[in-house]
Amino acid sequence: MAKHETPLLDELEKGPWPSFVTDIKRQAEKNPDCWDILGQVELSYKEKITHWKHGGIVGVFGYGGGIVGRYSDLPKRFPGVEHFHTVRLAQPASKYYSTKHLRDVCDLWEKYGSGMTNMHGSTGDMVMLGCRTEALEPFFYELTHNLQQDLGGSGSNLRTPANCLGQSRCEWACYDTEECCHHLTMHYQDEIHRPAFPYKFKFKFSGCANDCVAAIARSDVAVIGTWRDNIRIDQAAVKEYIAGNIPSNGGAHAGRDWGKFDIQKEVIALCPTDCMWMEGGELKIDDAECTRCMHCLNVMPRALRPGLDQGASICVGAKAPILDGAQFATLIVPFMKVSADNEFEELIEFIEKIWDWWMEDGKNRERVGETMQRVGLPTFIKVMGLEPIPQHVKEPRSNPYVFWQEEEVEGGWDRDVEEFRARHAA
Amino acid sequence: MAYDPANPMSDRISDVGPRYYSEFHPPVVKANKGKWMWHEITQPGVLVHKSETGDECWTVRVGAARLISIELIREMCDVADKHCDGFFRFTTRNNVEFMVDAKSKVQPLLDDLASRGNKFPVGGTGAGVTNIVHTQGWVHCHTPATDASGVVKAVMDELFDYFTSMTLPANVRIALACCLNMCGAVHASDIAILGVHRKPPMIDHKRISGVCELPLAISACPLGAVKPAKITIDGEEIKTVQVNADRCMFCGNCYTMCPAMPLADPDGDGIAILVGGKVSNSRTAPKFSKLVIPFLPNTPPRWPETVAAVKNILEVYAKDARKYERVGEWAERIGWEKFFEKCNIPFTIKSIDDYRLAYDTWRTTTQFKYTSHVK
Repeated sequence: MAKHETPLLDELEKGPWPSFVTDIKRQAEKNPDCWDILGQVELSYKEKITHWKHGGIVGVFGYGGGIVGRYSDLPKRFPGVEHFHTVRLAQPASKYYSTKHLRDVCDLWEKYGSGMTNMHGSTGDMVMLGCRTEALEPFFYELTHNLQQDLGGSGSNLRTPANCLGQSRCEWACYDTEECCHHLTMHYQDEIHRPAFPYKFKFKFSGCANDCVAAIARSDVAVIGTWRDNIRIDQAAVKEYIAGNIPSNGGAHAGRDWGKFDIQKEVIALCPTDCMWMEGGELKIDDAECTRCMHCLNVMPRALRPGLDQGASICVGAKAPILDGAQFATLIVPFMKVSADNEFEELIEFIEKIWDWWMEDGKNRERVGETMQRVGLPTFIKVMGLEPIPQHVKEPRSNPYVFWQEEEVEGGWDRDVEEFRARHAA
Repeated sequence: MAYDPANPMSDRISDVGPRYYSEFHPPVVKANKGKWMWHEITQPGVLVHKSETGDECWTVRVGAARLISIELIREMCDVADKHCDGFFRFTTRNNVEFMVDAKSKVQPLLDDLASRGNKFPVGGTGAGVTNIVHTQGWVHCHTPATDASGVVKAVMDELFDYFTSMTLPANVRIALACCLNMCGAVHASDIAILGVHRKPPMIDHKRISGVCELPLAISACPLGAVKPAKITIDGEEIKTVQVNADRCMFCGNCYTMCPAMPLADPDGDGIAILVGGKVSNSRTAPKFSKLVIPFLPNTPPRWPETVAAVKNILEVYAKDARKYERVGEWAERIGWEKFFEKCNIPFTIKSIDDYRLAYDTWRTTTQFKYTSHVK
């Protein structure tokens, strides 16, 4: 039986999209604490303001992250959500699950928590929403002992890394995103659980430039698959697309009549580098001019495939707007081989070089992209021990204010003004 | 063994990480990893991936709320046990994917999903609107300027037909973040719904020195609007801060650092709409979302103003854009002045950047279009 009247939330049980209100009510039949979620949220709907208190530091022994404290500011009225802490669980790479494992997670959360979850949080974790402080340690004990499953990250540490599903079910992935994500997640368990950074740090792994895990927009180190040889072309399949025998764009546009497929208009003219043309009934690509944007592959997946010399571009420093404005990640390494064969050695070395510098020079609550902005890209490139190359910038600078170093200038900076005056009257 | 509160560290296991992904691959995925040749969306919400081995993986994608119960997850498990060898997955956009290894197994799966009411809408593929990624809102967060799950539910109800079809010029990614912290990272979305505050923080002088490191609260402000101050309460001098309200940009970063500076407010808070962002590098470089509607009120439970604004932009875009053009590519081709005119959105001074790097967005060319804005 409903504990609170929820006329406003009940409106959200109508309509075709799945209703979180209906779902919370379903859970409340099992765990009456959930009626207080509905009661408190109903009050927020009425008053147009949140009723959660600011923060509260809770956790499990030995970890500095993974749990986010949350308390109701009306605990007497809504005792079921007096403590309502978030527990972040590290998701498996690619977010595939066996029903066995998920049922185990559900059973454990039924025992210790509200039974409500987010599948998944924005960073990628399975998010268990709502438990009391005293439930945390027993939950963690059973989680690790019985489910062989750990918490994710929170606070100023490495956040739970995430990847697109990559080679597991996609033809475009240029490296094994899930192996890379899992390997680095295991390699950096200490950095995930024990905050030692100036602020949060995120890795995201996308298999191609379509970037389905939004690495370039959301991660401090974005590993985005690419290739450096030629796009593989199946000319017979190209002809099939032109003849209209295979739907363009993998059938993505099938819901509207866009007319007959026109390779000139839909592929060649939309190429950002103008590096494709038809010749003698065949599609030609000047691969040296190609920037591997993925458009032509997206439109004709059966005819065009990534090259075989595959790796990843590494971009650094993305973040959401707080505080200096949003940043995309900046291309730092155009091409790196990313392979489990050497345990991702080159990538790990790259990441640790960033950390060594940022942990020293980064200010409190400064994302690495902001540190890069503060010191400038030239400084960052020097820190990383890289050769500056045109690929690092969209265009050369348009102001002349170069920070020359003394050793670069003939004769250095020490000069004698007396000697100058002897030759130049004031 | 069980947890022993008297000896919390005994028998402790830590740093085991997530479970290894390959335990959870459906058999057809495990057998064909790295061998996929191409894919096709055979109907909205249904994809087939073809392997070099000849195997096929058929995927049925369904939408879900991000906020879901273990009862619902168990029901998903029931579906996967019955049809999918006991495996399924979630996408980065809170969709759920059920996979089978033969076309003949797709229809029974679809029938099963359809028999469970509106819990499992099939769609979210190709040139349509897929699920909205979002944050916690009033359900679980202390800093929100709006709710998240409720706004998303209202918008998706209205755009439902675009979830179950593929009639748009390109895929449209909608995202919601309930405050400027943007845990939902809406800064690169075709259409972004963003909770915003409009009142400067209050200062709880009686509590501030007990709960805040004053220097952290002061340095949290990117515009130097928070200054140290002393005031007298009940004859006692208290070290506190003051806020120069004229300088405040309502980012809420001070409240993040200091619980004694709350800024949420029923009338001050609401929603801004940003458009034209993209993450993919396809054709054009990734783009940030741009602010086109500075404020819409919070009107629970169904936020009709926000729903109408999103639908209007989506439908003007759907009618006017070329095949493959994302919202931002369309707006840039026609020009932002045309975007505002075609969408019938009033252009206000609040869409002109006056924060850092603002000059990058000022127009420094004589090329423009004559729209109704030029009087």
